[in-house]
Amino acid sequence: MPALYATTREVGVITLVDLSGRIALGEGSALLRKTIRDLLDSGHNKIVLNLGDVNYIDSSGIGELVSGFTAVRSREGELKLLHLTKKVHDLLQITKLFTVFDVYTDEPTAVRSFQ
Amino acid sequence: MAPDTKHLEVTLDTQVESVNLAEEMCLRVAEAAGFAEDECYRIGMSVREGVINAFHYGNQEKPDKKIHLGIDLTREKMVIHVMDEGKGFRLVDVPDPLAEENLLSTSGRGIFLMRTFMDEFDVVPGCTGGAEIIMSKKLPLPKSASGNGNRRPSNSDATPHQEA
Repeated sequence: MPALYATTREVGVITLVDLSGRIALGEGSALLRKTIRDLLDSGHNKIVLNLGDVNYIDSSGIGELVSGFTAVRSREGELKLLHLTKKVHDLLQITKLFTVFDVYTDEPTAVRSFQ
Repeated sequence: MAPDTKHLEVTLDTQVESVNLAEEMCLRVAEAAGFAEDECYRIGMSVREGVINAFHYGNQEKPDKKIHLGIDLTREKMVIHVMDEGKGFRLVDVPDPLAEENLLSTSGRGIFLMRTFMDEFDVVPGCTGGAEIIMSKKLPLPKSASGNGNRRPSNSDATPHQEA
């Protein structure tokens, strides 16, 4: 089963994190946690997680998304989601988290939403 | 156990790798049983959540404890048992992850996902003293039966017989 890969890029003051693979118990959840923590520690608190290539999230991964969301908010920042696959979209729907996260289907709109 | 039930049982160590192993095993059985891709995803996710529950909450991540995974494939359904060696729990004591006050909780969605994704779900006291999760999914209708009144084959359907 593939692990999770994360690369970050900056658009102005916004950091986009391109994720691919599985956000699941173990390395996937740990990498997401570290990525968000490192960004916050370096002063980046406007974050978009691009989940377009994330094909699987389990309850541990959902917990990590929520943990990231609250951690960023506690630093007076915002964490938003971009490009949900159908499985991830459905998972956030049934767990009622779709109403918690700001979710976008295109990158320019996600970036503009911080202004 | 019915004579035509296929049974698979494995004892797993209390470690993260067991979660992936259990998921992969059950996915193979589900695929061989004819479940479609979406249903395999739901079964795999449920097994994953059951073993995570056993690993984290049941066995408290203690390596000296084991996780017992059982799969029964009957003519009607795939039944999955996940048993830990913890202290057990009651479903009624599990908080509702959809309640407003729990939405931002970072844990506690596993039971909800298993209940959502499987046809039947229950937690009973296991013979180890821990909790035993029992969940099942009805087998897909054979293609030949789907266009014939959606009838699931009965025992007699599979038993060859000779005309007098």
